[in-house]
Amino acid sequence: MGQITLQGVQKSFGPVHIIKGADLDIADGSFVVFVGPSGCGKTTLLRLIAGLEDVSGGSILIDGKNVVDTPPAKRGLSMVFQSYALYPHMSVRGNIGFGLKMAGLPRDEINRKVEGAAATLNLTPYLDRKPRELSGGQRQRVAIGRAIVREPKAFLFDEPLSNLDAALRVQMRIEVTRLQKQLGTTAIYVTHDQVEAMTMADKIVVLNGGKIEQYGSPLELYERPANLFVAGFIGSPKMNFVTGEPALQKGAATIGVRPEHLKIERDGAGGWLGTITVAEHLGSDTFLYVDAGPIGMLTARYIGELSLHAGDRVSLVPDPARIHRFDNSGNALRG
Amino acid sequence: MATRQTQVLARSLLTPAVGLLFIWMIVPLALTIYFSTLRYSLLDPGSEVFVGLENFRYFLTDPAFLASLRNTLVLVGSVLALTILLGIPLALLLDQPVIGRNFVRLMVIAPFFVMPTVSALVWKNLLMHPVSGLFAWLATLFGLTPIDWFNDVPLFAVILIVAWQWLPFATLILLTALQSLDEEQKEAAEMDGASAVSTFIYITLPHLARPITVVILIETIFLLTVFAEIFVTTGGGPGLQTTNIAFLIYAQALIQFDVGSASAGGLVAVVIANIVAFFLVRIVGRNLEA
Repeated sequence: MGQITLQGVQKSFGPVHIIKGADLDIADGSFVVFVGPSGCGKTTLLRLIAGLEDVSGGSILIDGKNVVDTPPAKRGLSMVFQSYALYPHMSVRGNIGFGLKMAGLPRDEINRKVEGAAATLNLTPYLDRKPRELSGGQRQRVAIGRAIVREPKAFLFDEPLSNLDAALRVQMRIEVTRLQKQLGTTAIYVTHDQVEAMTMADKIVVLNGGKIEQYGSPLELYERPANLFVAGFIGSPKMNFVTGEPALQKGAATIGVRPEHLKIERDGAGGWLGTITVAEHLGSDTFLYVDAGPIGMLTARYIGELSLHAGDRVSLVPDPARIHRFDNSGNALRG
Repeated sequence: MATRQTQVLARSLLTPAVGLLFIWMIVPLALTIYFSTLRYSLLDPGSEVFVGLENFRYFLTDPAFLASLRNTLVLVGSVLALTILLGIPLALLLDQPVIGRNFVRLMVIAPFFVMPTVSALVWKNLLMHPVSGLFAWLATLFGLTPIDWFNDVPLFAVILIVAWQWLPFATLILLTALQSLDEEQKEAAEMDGASAVSTFIYITLPHLARPITVVILIETIFLLTVFAEIFVTTGGGPGLQTTNIAFLIYAQALIQFDVGSASAGGLVAVVIANIVAFFLVRIVGRNLEA
């Protein structure tokens, strides 16, 4: 079991409010990603759940029990740190088994569990090596092994993939997701990378300035962003925002259209006219950065190759069903 | 140093410095070796005669030699033990966030900047003096007989003074090492359920292995040649109780005016230092390998 509930959780360091009241319900077995820009409080929120920081207000419930006064080790959670935080003088076996040793388990049981975890993570050949003799990805797996061997109620991941190179990150992303599904353990995962958030999460928590902006499944956030911040943060390339006359016609202060929902037509087909400033040809996709005069800069995405180049005039026609409307305070307008 | 030209340049620029260092080292060594083979008394100048290894035989068979060798090893060993065993808890305390931490650190480091002669005088006359010293006053306050430190436990008194001087050094090195201990590692241990004591044993102490090695090696170099503290407080006595090798050599040269025998003693000291270094590097040196 690993159901985690936050009720009005607050955290301030002196006069600075890092977390301004967070309410959240994390279902048992789900994979929840905290995502947001630097300094939004996502790591702090994770550390509050872990117990590495004390809350300034509110309560954290794990399986219905308030744990704000429980020390980290007694909360039944385990954490994977950004720097991996492996113990450099211990072998892989010692690292993975340290928590069990501290819990006072008999030696043969520790060995059995460590070897089980190592087998799950393909670490068996490296059990007697020191962390410095391992590659980045292997260290990462040792850190994960240390987390799973304790059979926690939930895993906490603090930007665990940010030190890996791009190819390995994609591979580890898949491995972590598969492992979590296989174990069925609740996981909370902090990242600033919205691609990681979209691909790994069952549910995403978008944080900004210490507040939860939206909590929902990746596609909910993509299709129905609650406000301008979420709309701009989720999706790559970023959503286009247009203010002024075109927005007023739709009865909104701002309208947003994702680059993939702009239809690219030759000049003169209606819509928003503009000149291409940069065209990126990836083969699978074509990204056009278009200067649309009074409308502003727009980004358009075409699936496949489109033979247009900088300087060409195009007109961009937004898909009317996929225009997002926002009011003056940036909240989404529905209906 | 990529091209041949830069290599030649580097070598020719380094040559004067290396050459000067070499001369600086080789001239005194050669002279010492030369003197050690002479009968050379300052009381009878001009009558130097070559005597072969006679000076070595004289120095090594002198009963004072074994006594001073033992004193040297006891002094080095005790000071090392005291500075490390006290330096670790002190460094742990200074690593805690307390008000005025920088000031406290400065005060702890202060003894290191006091000249050995000065600190020895302060200890001798203000602290350990059997009549007017602070320790004597404290003892009488509790109705005890004051200890006459330099007569009753002379070597221990010297060890205390030298340990007091070197404790800041050990503390400082260990403190910097503690500060470089990754915060996330401690947090990981906390998540793993390690108590404060377990964290110290399994995380902190292994992390300190290398700085402890550094402290042992550096302190040993200086502790083998402790002189000022002995000269100022006990003058090597009573008897030979606080005479170490360095002081014995001094006594040979400038009390008995026997330069030949002192030079032989100096060379013996070099050999002893090398033997100690050999064993030290064997015992603790592997901690230095990354």
